[in-house]
Amino acid sequence: MTTAPAKAGWRFRQPSVIPGFGLTLGFSLAYLTLIILIPLSGLIWRSAALGWTDFWAIVTDRRTINALEISFGTAFIAAAVNVVFGTIVAWVLVRYSFPGRRIADAMVDLPFALPTAVAGIALTTLYAPNGWIGSLLTPLGIKVAYTPLGIVIALVFIGLPFVVRTVQPIMEEIDKEVEEVAATLGANRFQIISRVLLPGLAPAIVTGFALAFARGVGEYGSVIFIAGNLPFKSEIAPLLIVIRLEEYNYAAATAIAAIMLALSFVMLLVINLVQTWSRKRYG
Amino acid sequence: MADPEIKSYAPHHESQSPAVTESRTARTVLMIVTFAFLGIFLLLPLIIVFKEAFAKGIEAYTQALSEPDTRSAIRLTLLVAAISVPLNVTFGISAAWAIAKFEFKGKAFLTTLIDLPFSVSPVISGLVYVLLFGAQGLLGAWLKAHGIVILFAVPGIVLATVFVTFPFVARELIPLMQEQGNGDEEAALSLGANGWQAFWYVTLPNVKWGLLYGVLLCNARAMGEFGAVSVVSGHIRGLTNTMPLHVEILYNEYNAAAAFAVASLLAGLALVTLVLKTLLEMRYGAEIAATRGH
Repeated sequence: MTTAPAKAGWRFRQPSVIPGFGLTLGFSLAYLTLIILIPLSGLIWRSAALGWTDFWAIVTDRRTINALEISFGTAFIAAAVNVVFGTIVAWVLVRYSFPGRRIADAMVDLPFALPTAVAGIALTTLYAPNGWIGSLLTPLGIKVAYTPLGIVIALVFIGLPFVVRTVQPIMEEIDKEVEEVAATLGANRFQIISRVLLPGLAPAIVTGFALAFARGVGEYGSVIFIAGNLPFKSEIAPLLIVIRLEEYNYAAATAIAAIMLALSFVMLLVINLVQTWSRKRYG
Repeated sequence: MADPEIKSYAPHHESQSPAVTESRTARTVLMIVTFAFLGIFLLLPLIIVFKEAFAKGIEAYTQALSEPDTRSAIRLTLLVAAISVPLNVTFGISAAWAIAKFEFKGKAFLTTLIDLPFSVSPVISGLVYVLLFGAQGLLGAWLKAHGIVILFAVPGIVLATVFVTFPFVARELIPLMQEQGNGDEEAALSLGANGWQAFWYVTLPNVKWGLLYGVLLCNARAMGEFGAVSVVSGHIRGLTNTMPLHVEILYNEYNAAAAFAVASLLAGLALVTLVLKTLLEMRYGAEIAATRGH
């Protein structure tokens, strides 16, 4: 950031003529602590109070493991789908000009703006056996609504903007001269895309994947309508938390929430490492 | 956004060397994939909401919206947003001032903490308040003894909403104010302004469009939040039902037309949000900085 003064010793903050540091930092910290940190530590404290045996018993319960597998598995598939199509969408929006480009670009943010419950009932209606899309797929023997495939569909909807909005700005920055140079050196278009463009986009694509994946794991509103919510089959982890809460089984709800937080944290850490690695490799 | 420029060069673009763009066929295929994907995943859900809402005619639509339970859900949603958005705006401005205007130890860590709610499942965001304020919660007994009701009531819904919308304003303002630096404020102070005046007459006008952008996103999420609010609300019809929760109840009662009628209001809100957001980006792109995306 700024160049630190050479000799001054340890100092909490650099001197500044601008007033209001104590007030704004104090208020921000107090608000952050009250709204976020205390409630979240409450969750950690409660799960620690469970004791290891109880915690392990809940977490290794078959239904819990199944729900976690479904949540993480469907979120992974949906994020992968979004990486492919989100990158194509971003490319088309950045590179091609066509009527309605601005509208298509704005539409990409719809999943951010549309309440998840609305998305949930809309997708369910579309993919139900008698819905617009469902009625086309049923004769082919494909069932979407009330199956894990439905969960994937909902998570693709939710995750799309994360990939597009992460990749798009990097694509806009690509210098076309690099492509021209590659072409004069004899590369064909396919080689340019796979050897020149994609490596440069890789860190952004990985980030987009991570964001879409993280959001998908925790998603609730858009999924519960289309999933069918059959235990062991299409029951996601956040729903299992709600079910345990409704049974007043606070211990189980807490343990599942804690393991979800921990798993997401580990995944994000791994993805962060991959990102650092790819940045180093392709810089 | 150099959009007009791109447009005026469009014909030129077309005749560019094959090295810098794809072949005609490849381009057509990519465009078709994009249109199909966006059409199926974004446009169709939006269309079906309005189609189902008006499936039984306009009369049924207006009737569904004038139900007392629907009315109270709308009122509650507006109330919750009216409380939680200003709270997060105050926090966002305050955090941005501290983080963007000063250099201090632990700044990066603080910025990470602000983004924390984005990586927590909405259900968990609700759960943490149940663990805190619920009957078996840490503060449950104390609250009961003092007759304070938080859970399954408006305060709990507001808290859960504040939690999930916490980062929106701060994360718009922090990079923007960092980019603008301290020069303007220092000039104002040297000309005799006090800190408050420097903020009110210098900083705020500088960041107003970015602030509006953040408020827009914060408000859309506050009115549409489902998971977190669902956990803390208790689903008491006419009392603690917000619009998204009411949509769920109507839908589960097989009253699809009414569910979609309420949903159409929320979809309308989403569309208005998108239009305003796009207009802000087009007009004031530079002033809201390159902080798009979440």
